[in-house]
Amino acid sequence: MGRFKIKKQDTFIDMTPMSDVMVLLLTFFMLTATFVKEEPVKVVTPGSVSEIKIPESNLLTIFVRPDADNKSGKVFMTMDSKEVLGAMADKVLGQITPEERKAFQLAPTFGFSKDLMKSWLNAPAENRNSLLQKEEAGIPCDSANDQLKEWVQAARDAAGDNMRIAIKADQKTPYAVIKNVMNSLRSIHENRYNLITSLKNGEE
Amino acid sequence: MAGSKQKKMNARVDFTPMVDMIMLLVTFFMLCTTLMKPQTMEIVMPSDKEDIDDKSRSQVAESKAITIMIAEDRKLYFFKGKATDDNLEATEYGQDGVRAMLKEANAVAQEKVAELKAKFATQQSSDPKKALEAKEQYKKELSEIRNSEDTPSVIIKPSDKSTYKDLIDLLDEMQICSIGKYVIDKFTPQDQAKIDRLNGK
Repeated sequence: MGRFKIKKQDTFIDMTPMSDVMVLLLTFFMLTATFVKEEPVKVVTPGSVSEIKIPESNLLTIFVRPDADNKSGKVFMTMDSKEVLGAMADKVLGQITPEERKAFQLAPTFGFSKDLMKSWLNAPAENRNSLLQKEEAGIPCDSANDQLKEWVQAARDAAGDNMRIAIKADQKTPYAVIKNVMNSLRSIHENRYNLITSLKNGEE
Repeated sequence: MAGSKQKKMNARVDFTPMVDMIMLLVTFFMLCTTLMKPQTMEIVMPSDKEDIDDKSRSQVAESKAITIMIAEDRKLYFFKGKATDDNLEATEYGQDGVRAMLKEANAVAQEKVAELKAKFATQQSSDPKKALEAKEQYKKELSEIRNSEDTPSVIIKPSDKSTYKDLIDLLDEMQICSIGKYVIDKFTPQDQAKIDRLNGK
């Protein structure tokens, strides 16, 4: 056993460059990304070559989701400003309790006819999104019972002229449903709106 | 300063816990955020106000009008000009179908757009301010071409059996073929009868 002198190896790895890169990545993500909005109504938007970006605030989004049989569809709505939502609730629903008003403001998406809205607002908060999947959900917007019109009008009154309206419909939605939505927007002279699509590449 | 042996301080700081933390944060941001904003299409529907007199209502010249109907199963039918009994034709989505037809009808504007694109391709500037100016100018000229006198006016009539995707795809074709004037109109039973007649029903 001769006396070997084992060189002591330094196991300490310098982490400084790694942490530099990580901080850079983190800053990038924090600055560029926007948080995923909670959307209980899932829609697959059709692709288009259009490159116009959607405005970030003061946007009223109308969701249209087809039913399981692809013959009819349901309409939901969301607004990004809590104040406007409150004003809409006051105007369309009339007499509501402060608790109901708060629940309405906190809901990411709403979509019930006026008479069912109260029971939806009084349901426990964790059930509300799953209730939107039910058969009786959806804002009525046919010519006989056009409540969508009232909601949009209330939003326009509360949010002013700068509010944009966007329609986010699933690609399988039959045109008959879209036609109803367009007709009810037309009846209150809302002739300018955006159709939300996803990016399609390849052509042009 | 006699024999006081100064202890050598280790100036290295252990960064591992910090890297751990930051890794966690990066993962969180990557999973919980979206980078892509959805695209939109802007659409202006004609007003139904009754008080607009015929003069201010934009009249579609019949010679320049193309009517496209969307039937079920993504079938397209179109006629040019005035509706007569025998000018309805069937077509389909895609390069060889409706796009070829629209490009041919809009050849003048297509040429102009190509020219415009070539012109602005040479004007690429690294100065962001100039680039923005050029882009604005490009957009302005593009919309002028699209809305000029000799582009066709397209009337889109989606039937109740067509889907939202069909409509968006057709609106997309308008953009690709540089057609600035298009309108979505009602699909009437007469239109259905015409399609049925073409199909020999």
